Amino acid sequence: MGKLFAVIVTVITLVSVYFFVRHTWWLPVDISTTGLAIDHQLDETMIGTGLLFVAGQLLLGLFVWQSSDKNPSRKIRIFPGGSTPLVTAAIVLVGIEILTLTFVGSKAWAAVNIAPAAADSVQIDVQAEQFAFYFRYPGPDGVFGGLHPDKIDDGSGNYFGLDPANDVAARDDIVVGSLAVPVNRPIALTLHSKDVGHSFYVPVLRIQQDFVPGLEIPVHFTATQTGKFEIVCTQLCGLGHYNMKAYIEVMPEDQYEQWLKTQAGQ
Amino acid sequence: MHETAPHAVHQHAPPTSFIRKHVFSLDHKVIGKQYYGLALAAVIIGMVLSWLMRIHLAWPTWPIPLLDKLSAVGAPGGVMTPEYYLSLMTMHGTIMVFFVLTNAPFAAFGNYFLPIQIGAEDMAFPRFNMMSFWTTFVAFLVMMASFFITDGPPIAGWTSYAPLSAVGGDAGPGLAVGQTLWAISIAIFCIGSLLGALNFIATTLDLRTKGMSLARMPYSTWAWFVTAVIALLAFAVLLPACILLVLDRTAGTSFFIPAGLVLSDKLQPHSGGSVLLWQHLFWFFGHPEVYIAILPSIGIVSHILPVFARKPLLGPRAAVGCMIAIGFLSYMVWGHHMFVSGMNPFSANLFSVPTLIITIPATILTLLLIGTVYGAKMRFTAASLFCIGFVSVFISGGISGFFLAQPSIDIYLHATYFVVAHFHFVMAVASLFGVFAGTYFWFPKMFGRMMNEPLGKLHFWLTFIGVYAIFMPMHYLGLAGNVRRYSAFVDDYMIPLIPVHKFITVAALVTGGAQLIFLFNLIWSRFKGPIASENPWEATSLEWSTTSPPSFDNFGGRHMVVYNGPNEYGVEGGAADYVMQTSPKKVVTS
Repeated sequence: MGKLFAVIVTVITLVSVYFFVRHTWWLPVDISTTGLAIDHQLDETMIGTGLLFVAGQLLLGLFVWQSSDKNPSRKIRIFPGGSTPLVTAAIVLVGIEILTLTFVGSKAWAAVNIAPAAADSVQIDVQAEQFAFYFRYPGPDGVFGGLHPDKIDDGSGNYFGLDPANDVAARDDIVVGSLAVPVNRPIALTLHSKDVGHSFYVPVLRIQQDFVPGLEIPVHFTATQTGKFEIVCTQLCGLGHYNMKAYIEVMPEDQYEQWLKTQAGQ
Repeated sequence: MHETAPHAVHQHAPPTSFIRKHVFSLDHKVIGKQYYGLALAAVIIGMVLSWLMRIHLAWPTWPIPLLDKLSAVGAPGGVMTPEYYLSLMTMHGTIMVFFVLTNAPFAAFGNYFLPIQIGAEDMAFPRFNMMSFWTTFVAFLVMMASFFITDGPPIAGWTSYAPLSAVGGDAGPGLAVGQTLWAISIAIFCIGSLLGALNFIATTLDLRTKGMSLARMPYSTWAWFVTAVIALLAFAVLLPACILLVLDRTAGTSFFIPAGLVLSDKLQPHSGGSVLLWQHLFWFFGHPEVYIAILPSIGIVSHILPVFARKPLLGPRAAVGCMIAIGFLSYMVWGHHMFVSGMNPFSANLFSVPTLIITIPATILTLLLIGTVYGAKMRFTAASLFCIGFVSVFISGGISGFFLAQPSIDIYLHATYFVVAHFHFVMAVASLFGVFAGTYFWFPKMFGRMMNEPLGKLHFWLTFIGVYAIFMPMHYLGLAGNVRRYSAFVDDYMIPLIPVHKFITVAALVTGGAQLIFLFNLIWSRFKGPIASENPWEATSLEWSTTSPPSFDNFGGRHMVVYNGPNEYGVEGGAADYVMQTSPKKVVTS
């Protein structure tokens, strides 16, 4: 019985590790300036914990195998040195792992969430609602109009609650359902929610940030490759949560400028 | 430690009426069995809900027989709507976390065995004990009632994040009456858990029999005691949080709802509330809750494994110290659920460090269990297999915690199936392995009959392989960015992952089916199992020094005196390789 357990736990371990090592299912390509550090952090954690996982499972399997020896004259054996070496190993090994991960990882976190957006970032407002994202550009005047929740009216396309009748800055604001950004330029988003919690998740950018009703939340990134990618909602927001998505299109600078002009003209 | 033997004076005589004996009983053993029965009913419902969800995820258009009978609106023609999927998901999580993982390893086994293991005749407050069960039972009925209202159960998940959970029916189906029932049910559940936790603490501290010093308490009792302290502090926070949620929903208050929200084209009449306040209160409870679910099982496994290894638990003092350390640290880490919530990004590091530090006592506990297996003369029973299996799944679940504890990695993995894999392994599967081990081990004591071993072993093998087949692939899904809590996968990059979901669904159905073996074994053995002796496993602790099942006052009028710790296995120089805690014999340790 013990030998069977050892074999099964070994097979489970090897099969599990195989798919991790082969990257059969893995992160999509990273197209951000900050994602590389996150991916490194994940890789290092994968190697460190992977070794612990394999060692733990195989050691368990080995000891269970040995413990199934039915020789009646065999005496029990206490682990060499008792619990002290194991406790020490846990504190030292896991302690070093933790210190390393924290030290390195806090930089990756800071680059995304603590460092402020560059001053010359492209400013874009994002409004999330059940079950769509809307994006707002300040328009030719470079100034966003004020937000008035009482003016929100999806029927007339006023998703942000703009008041163009009384607010000059709001008149040229561009509101679209798909996010267009120029490649290799810092982008600063401000997240608002119209109704409940949502989240802004773009796997290729290694960005995930909740929309919190009542708060304006800044997010910044720089996309390094052109293309069209998905933005999905990861905060449970109601019945259509699974279907709440939008696209981010990363364009060459000139194409982006042209896109802006076209939108402003409409 | 005690000069005299303070005993729980049985202020209640053995009851004679059916109602007082089996329904409104003051006997901790009956109450323990009631909790077990409630957890069993809950886990069956919770498991069926997971089957329904898994079938829907893999084959969304398949009509599921009889589902339309449960809800004609939620599943017309047997095909569930997206909102009904979320209803079932919310109920699955809520039922499993509260009514199974809190009730079974802690309230059920703790109630039955904590007093016996310390030599007491009952809990310190038998009436509170009865109240705590029946309060929990009422909470369960209130929760179940949401299945039978027109609107159906709530769809906000077991975490019930505001404002989705707070603004009422404008937020969507299930969020009117269903969500109110949820909040009321959980508030009632908190009251029951608080009463139970108080009772556990008072009983452990005050009713230990002569010689039962803290150092001689079995590790299961230690775990229940530490868990009770955690529960007392955790449920005391969730209770007011739920009351505030009910007020927001019914009395027009705005604790969790800020100004300016527009739902169903209506500007909501609220202002001044904080969405993050709910998250802080919920997770201040929610993270310790993880340890409320897992610590009792760690204790149960630490108690049972030495019995079958025929050698002492390695490093018992370190093990108890680690349990206490985990309990303490569990209050400093709640923010790791909120890395992407918009809270101050500097606080992420403050929550990350204790989260990573908590892996040290968890690793020590795991290594001590592995070290206990080393050099053992293992007796392979269903109970010991589930103990060994526990160590394996606890490693697997614990390892993924390293990823999620780091804010930078959590940016990517948060709210993906990686998280689902992590908490199912470390909290649900590991905890349930402890419950299975406890059941196979203690069933003879509780019912006076042995369970069927071959069926128990078959149950183990199918379950052990099954849980890996279900939950290991979820890590891969998470790494590929597969978002959780989706009723269907319509995004371009998730569609290629659907075959993995189909594999998981098949594994879940088979593994779930294997639980029927356990259920059959439980019922069959209750009536037809071979009669159990007083100490069939040759174990040392006090529950094995009395009849199977124990008499009403646990020890047949005897006042037990304890001479040894619970860890005296592998003892040389006698007829037996173990020394009972009640044996005055001098122990010669090898």
